Amino acid sequence: MCDTCGCNITPGNREFAYKPVNGTTAVSVLKNLLAKNDDQARHNRQHFDKHRLLAINLMSSPGSGKTALLEATIDALRNEYRIGVIEGDLETENDAVRIRAKGAPAYQITTGSACHLDAHMVHDALHQFPLEGLDILFIENVGNLVCPASFDLGQHYNVTLLSTTEGDDKPAKYPVMFRTADVVLFTKSDLLPVLDDFDPVRAESHLRNLASVAPVMLLSARKNLDLQAWLDWLRNELVRQRAQANHAEIAQPRVQPLRTQLDGGHLREVSG
Amino acid sequence: MHELSVCEALIAQVEQIAISHGAQSVESVRLRIGPLAGIEPLLLQHAYPFASAGTVVAGSMLVIERVPLKVSCETCGAETEAEPNWLICGVCGDYHTKLVSGDEMTLMSVELITAEGTNNV
Repeated sequence: MCDTCGCNITPGNREFAYKPVNGTTAVSVLKNLLAKNDDQARHNRQHFDKHRLLAINLMSSPGSGKTALLEATIDALRNEYRIGVIEGDLETENDAVRIRAKGAPAYQITTGSACHLDAHMVHDALHQFPLEGLDILFIENVGNLVCPASFDLGQHYNVTLLSTTEGDDKPAKYPVMFRTADVVLFTKSDLLPVLDDFDPVRAESHLRNLASVAPVMLLSARKNLDLQAWLDWLRNELVRQRAQANHAEIAQPRVQPLRTQLDGGHLREVSG
Repeated sequence: MHELSVCEALIAQVEQIAISHGAQSVESVRLRIGPLAGIEPLLLQHAYPFASAGTVVAGSMLVIERVPLKVSCETCGAETEAEPNWLICGVCGDYHTKLVSGDEMTLMSVELITAEGTNNV
């Protein structure tokens, strides 16, 4: 108990502590600015767990190969798992069409001008996208290395792509995004021989400078190169996810370790 | 870029608090924002008057306190200041660190103008 944060105010003394003198009342809140989004995200996560599926938020800049990775993943796991995809783009159904062409169900969210998906958009999509029978749900976020990092969608993990054509210093330039990644994929590895300015070792060291312990995998989805580590990671996480869903210990992305502590934030009033 | 949506979420929260306290208007809103929150305080300030227009929050002052970036090292235990793209331990250089502060985007408090207040007893 102290005299500064309001914890000394009890139901018994509130009346005395709470006398507006100059017409203003200070209300201490201590809540995340995106509390509503985070509540919705938690609800989405419960929904995913109820369906015993692994939900992954794919993020990257536009054109780094998110949809190509999904196409290759759907092909490779065709006989093992049923994969569904929620696509986020400003306009067009193009990506959902590409996924459906692979035989996987896809739902396209067109955000108009919004630069990111949020938990409410994903929730609305879930009303029209049956999860029954799915093992893995990918949410392909809007291509953008800035805004999507701030919005929890209810996913279990964040997977961030960095293509070799983008330059190896992207983690240093976009720390908020890369810090939230649970796995980082360096894509378009087949182009490395002709790109002298992308060094995977340097890219990984920029990532470690963000205190990230995320596994890094170098692969090419288009040429089907070195997908094994990625597919094994998915297999293992799905098994782990299902084991955890049976106990109430639910995986959450690294994104909000501090912020989640505030989720129980309650209104607390102090004298004004 | 997404500061307007964050600001709209903020205004909705403040509005709800103001209404539940029967406030006539809002005097000030106080936030704490860290460099790793992914929110640019200046852009949030710009968005604030637009997002609050026509609500009980309109005309209030937005006060943003910036939070320092600090990490604590899991290897040597030191707590050091850090930069957004340099979150390794400042003493031993290990990258196994935990963020102590710096990713907050917290609504700390709001100051309300209440009816009882204006009819001051």
